[in-house]
Amino acid sequence: MSEEFKVEIVNPEKSFLVKDDVSEVVVPAFEGEMGILKDHISIISFLKPGIIKILSKSGDENYYVEDGIVEFKNNNLSILTSTIFNLTDMDKSKQQDLLKEAEEEANKTDINDQSKYLADKKVEVLKSLN
Amino acid sequence: MASLDDLKKRIASVKSTQKITKAMKMVAAAKLRRAQESAEKGRPYSEKMNNVILNLSNGISDKENAPKLLSGTGQEKTHLCVVMTSDRGLCGGFNSNIIKKAKSYFAKILDEGKELKIITVGSKGNDQLKRVYGDNIIENISFKESKNANYFDADKVGKIVIEKFEAGEFDICTIFYNQFKNVITQIPQAQQIIPLNNEGEETSSEENYEFEPDEDEILSNLLPKNISTQIFKAMLENSASEQGSRMSAMDNATRNAGEMVDKLTIEYNRSRQAAITKELIEIISGAESL
Repeated sequence: MSEEFKVEIVNPEKSFLVKDDVSEVVVPAFEGEMGILKDHISIISFLKPGIIKILSKSGDENYYVEDGIVEFKNNNLSILTSTIFNLTDMDKSKQQDLLKEAEEEANKTDINDQSKYLADKKVEVLKSLN
Repeated sequence: MASLDDLKKRIASVKSTQKITKAMKMVAAAKLRRAQESAEKGRPYSEKMNNVILNLSNGISDKENAPKLLSGTGQEKTHLCVVMTSDRGLCGGFNSNIIKKAKSYFAKILDEGKELKIITVGSKGNDQLKRVYGDNIIENISFKESKNANYFDADKVGKIVIEKFEAGEFDICTIFYNQFKNVITQIPQAQQIIPLNNEGEETSSEENYEFEPDEDEILSNLLPKNISTQIFKAMLENSASEQGSRMSAMDNATRNAGEMVDKLTIEYNRSRQAAITKELIEIISGAESL
């Protein structure tokens, strides 16, 4: 039996990516990285800033996300996110822009702990890309 | 009767107006295609979002302690209305339809003695509402600089709405926009987004989900996003409707201008002929009298 399942990434503007020969997806879930294989139990979780790794026959892909929701059901993985970038398309200047934005946000004093944590996380992930 | 010169000028001016309306129609048609496309592309996101929230709210065991965005504040005293219109005119009944719908709703609320607050998105709506409801308008947002509806703009509006909700400034939020049906028909819609109205929707899945972290936390994270998504959806529908409405309005205008040119040309020819005939009669009767 094949060990593949379908993944669909949508952002508000369009359906970003659809792939149906995926063997494993690693998502940065809120409580830690989570690897999803075929026949995983139905799950809903949301994302923190991080890297989505998609492992498939046709090659591995990495995406940077800032937020989102994952839903896995009947071997269909849906990821809803408002900010997503393919790492291979992302050049240094784009990365620096995002980093600067995230750092500014992290340095604000009037935000609550959760947004502070998320902003810090963004900075951390973006820095680790270098 | 207008002189020949006047008629000539009028024909020329109607013709140049026709050129403008024709060009606008063509531009609107091109933009419409793009707007429609992005409205279609945006649909999966809001549908998926809705599904997830539906699944979640079904899974919530403790309805009493559900997030306020879902269950409401328990009161219905203050209403917030987000009226979404365009920034540009010349689009037929597009803006007036939304305003009409919104005004009848406003009247109902005020009749019931409830408090009314308005946020206008788009300058045309603000222009039309501020005369009567000027005191009720608490914010006016306009995205003149953005070419197309984009999610960041919607998110901005969503954040303002949520901020005000958390500050306890209103109990119920409704958005007004035009739903795009086809080029000729756009249906003004009033959609309640806070508290979320899921009644009548099918609760199909009996699926048991695993939640990480727990339902409440996911839900309280998800609901604000859903507000932005709903507003974004409304913006996409609106921009498609705007272009559709403009296209048919400009099509009508072009046709009317054509009819007017025809009428004026006939009148011009007739008076030219009349002038020639008059001159001939004068010459002939002058010659006869000799």
